[in-house]
Amino acid sequence: MEFDALILSRIQFAFTIAFHIIFPAFTIGLASWLAALEFNWLRTGNPLYRNLFRFWVKVFAVSFGLGVVSGIVMSYQFGTNWSRFSEFTGNVLGPVIAYEVITAFFLEAAFLGIMLFGWERVGDRLHFFATCMVALGTLISAFWILSANSWMQTPDGFAIENGKAVPVDWFKIVFNPSFPLRYAHMVMGCYLTTAFAVAGMSAWMLLRHPHDAPEAKLAASRRSLSMALWFATIFVPVQIIIGDLHGLGVLKYQPTKLAAIEGNWDRMSNMPLRLFAIPDTEAETNHYEIGIPKIGSWVLTHAFDGEVPGLKEVPPEDRPPVWPVFFSFRIMVGIGFAMLGIGLWSLYLRWKGTLFTNRAFLTAAMIMTPSGFGAVLFGWFTAEIGRQPWVVYGHLRTADAVSPVSAGAVTASLLTFIVVYAFVFGFGSYYLAKLLRRGPDPVEDIRGDDIGKKPKRPFSVPDEGLDGRPGHKALPVR
Amino acid sequence: MFSFGTEYEGLAFWLPLIWSGLIAVAVAMYVIVDGFDLGVGILFKAAHNENWRDRMMFSVAPIWDGNETWLILGGGGLFAVFHVAYAVLMPALYVPIILMLIALIFRGVAFEFRFKADRSKFLWDNAFFFGSLLATFFQGMVLGAFVQGFSNDGRQFTGGTFDFLTPFSVLTGISLIFGYALLGATWCVMKTTGELEIWARRMSVRFLLLTIVAMAAVSLWVPFLGREIETRWFSWPNVAFLAPIPLVTAYVAYRLLRDLEEGRHYRPFFLAIALFLLGYLGLGVSLFPYNVPPNLTIWDTANTVSSQLFALVGFAIVLPITFAYTAYAYWVFRGKVAEEIQGGGYGYH
Repeated sequence: MEFDALILSRIQFAFTIAFHIIFPAFTIGLASWLAALEFNWLRTGNPLYRNLFRFWVKVFAVSFGLGVVSGIVMSYQFGTNWSRFSEFTGNVLGPVIAYEVITAFFLEAAFLGIMLFGWERVGDRLHFFATCMVALGTLISAFWILSANSWMQTPDGFAIENGKAVPVDWFKIVFNPSFPLRYAHMVMGCYLTTAFAVAGMSAWMLLRHPHDAPEAKLAASRRSLSMALWFATIFVPVQIIIGDLHGLGVLKYQPTKLAAIEGNWDRMSNMPLRLFAIPDTEAETNHYEIGIPKIGSWVLTHAFDGEVPGLKEVPPEDRPPVWPVFFSFRIMVGIGFAMLGIGLWSLYLRWKGTLFTNRAFLTAAMIMTPSGFGAVLFGWFTAEIGRQPWVVYGHLRTADAVSPVSAGAVTASLLTFIVVYAFVFGFGSYYLAKLLRRGPDPVEDIRGDDIGKKPKRPFSVPDEGLDGRPGHKALPVR
Repeated sequence: MFSFGTEYEGLAFWLPLIWSGLIAVAVAMYVIVDGFDLGVGILFKAAHNENWRDRMMFSVAPIWDGNETWLILGGGGLFAVFHVAYAVLMPALYVPIILMLIALIFRGVAFEFRFKADRSKFLWDNAFFFGSLLATFFQGMVLGAFVQGFSNDGRQFTGGTFDFLTPFSVLTGISLIFGYALLGATWCVMKTTGELEIWARRMSVRFLLLTIVAMAAVSLWVPFLGREIETRWFSWPNVAFLAPIPLVTAYVAYRLLRDLEEGRHYRPFFLAIALFLLGYLGLGVSLFPYNVPPNLTIWDTANTVSSQLFALVGFAIVLPITFAYTAYAYWVFRGKVAEEIQGGGYGYH
């Protein structure tokens, strides 16, 4: 393989976007989680929820900051490294991306400041409103960027004039065929990522304390764990159904990608569900295949004798690399079913009343902390590598989309990104671990008779001096 | 005065004009709002003690994120309505843009990391300072490269990786550091009290003088770029229309100096903004209607009418709301920062 500007730009884009997606995948869910916590705090006045909010909002702030700075890089890379892609798609995707900026990014950014620093200044209701606006912003942002990505997978509503895509029908562009289910699948993926991260981190905080530790120390982590697991138990099955429906769309609109996902070389009915195989691109076949007869066809077409397209139907230069797509998909699905297992296990332990004390379960939940990130990343590998060799499916090849930049410049930028991201990510994880080690404030922090009652100023303690304790007063006016 | 774009009619003529106005506003917003918070970062190292640094950082912590969003709008907006300009400019500016983005990463994470760090705090002090300084410098270089122009075939960039790097772009890079430092210093005058405010006044005067020198140097250099921008300024009758720009600039600079000496709190910051806008206006006069100098106009690089209209509908509805809640966010955090900031002053720590 020759390391030219094309392959280097692909590696750079893959690296920077894989790094970026980790943070939105987490913060989309966390923002809604925070809104739910604050809602419960305002509704019940139980300081447990307020302490939880104040704890998870710190985690949110670190992740959101990393998401913003790595996101700015993405908005410029379309131009710096993929200027021919920008030229071809600009008329169509330009406005879609611009809508994301004006409807989502400003909303998030403006209300983030109030959410993090402004509680004392704006009062409970407006603060809750700000938290909701941040959560809404993350969902709107996902809406537009997934619309743009879906258009690259299943382009619609456009014509080609003078070698460029020009818009014909904006509704069809925004709501292109693969968009609705991809959006549902991704948002649910983000929520589950957060649910498993919250559950896993809470499990870790519980495991660190002996289970006969004072109730107050454990209550917050237990509540987090329980809420997150309820969510996961209910919505993992929903996600599996959405994923299945999304797969039907791939079969319809991107048959070659589907063939790569299934490792299916020849068009066939009664296709087995291949659990494992080593796809061989040279010989156009699989080795060591393990499959369950007919089930593959049934999963994809909902009929045992359903016909599934094969890779050999298109010439080799139009096929995606098979093994990364084949394995990425299986890893994603595997993680999904492991999540399902955790959900069922948690139900059983709830019934037995040992959810918070079963160390094997807590350990398993802790190990599953990064599972959502893994599923999201491997899901995206499947979607994006499966789209190859096209950047706009069927219309623009990735090889024709690259900028006229030198390989040297891209090598330098790629190496810089790797070093910088490793450094920033390393410290980010370190500070996150520090936050988790400290954990949410025990409920006892609220003094005496204050427990259970809602103080006027959420962050203040009754006998607090005017100067406040660390962090208890946000930017007092002089 | 101009005879450009005459081959375009109706919406194809008017939309690019409207859009170049809107994008000019977005870029101006960016330069002002991120200008002052980058400026605060540039002054950060010179601050005398930890308490000063805490207060300076906290004065921008609740709003920096929104400020930087204007930069995304600049990139996204260009892609949305002038995608040819986006496609030519980005590869041409590959090196300074990537370096600017990296610098912004360091200073962006510094906001969160600095207050969570104990022993590693110095690392994020440096990240904030060098990140702000370098991001500004590379933005200034981008500006210089833009004035110089780009070789292209009308669709793609055809020049070399380091075409952007010239003595002129180095000068504009340094000039922007002075300018942002001025914005940051006057911001600190407005937002801080006591010794720190007095120091910020001194810094404001220093960087005002440096900014004036830099603006003069850039203006004098431009005729030597061979872009014939000077004929636009000095030919009759243009000179009569344009003469007020440098005259007003001189007056604003004088007024700013006096305000700083008279101990005013708010006006210096707004006069510094006025100074920036005048420089920006001068730049606009020099370059309009080219958005890929020296040869591609806003009409040459515009997206189809349908794309521009679709985006415009959204902007017309959403942008006023955006301005409203952004202004509200600033209003919430109005007033001077307290002198004692504990635990970084974060309401949520």
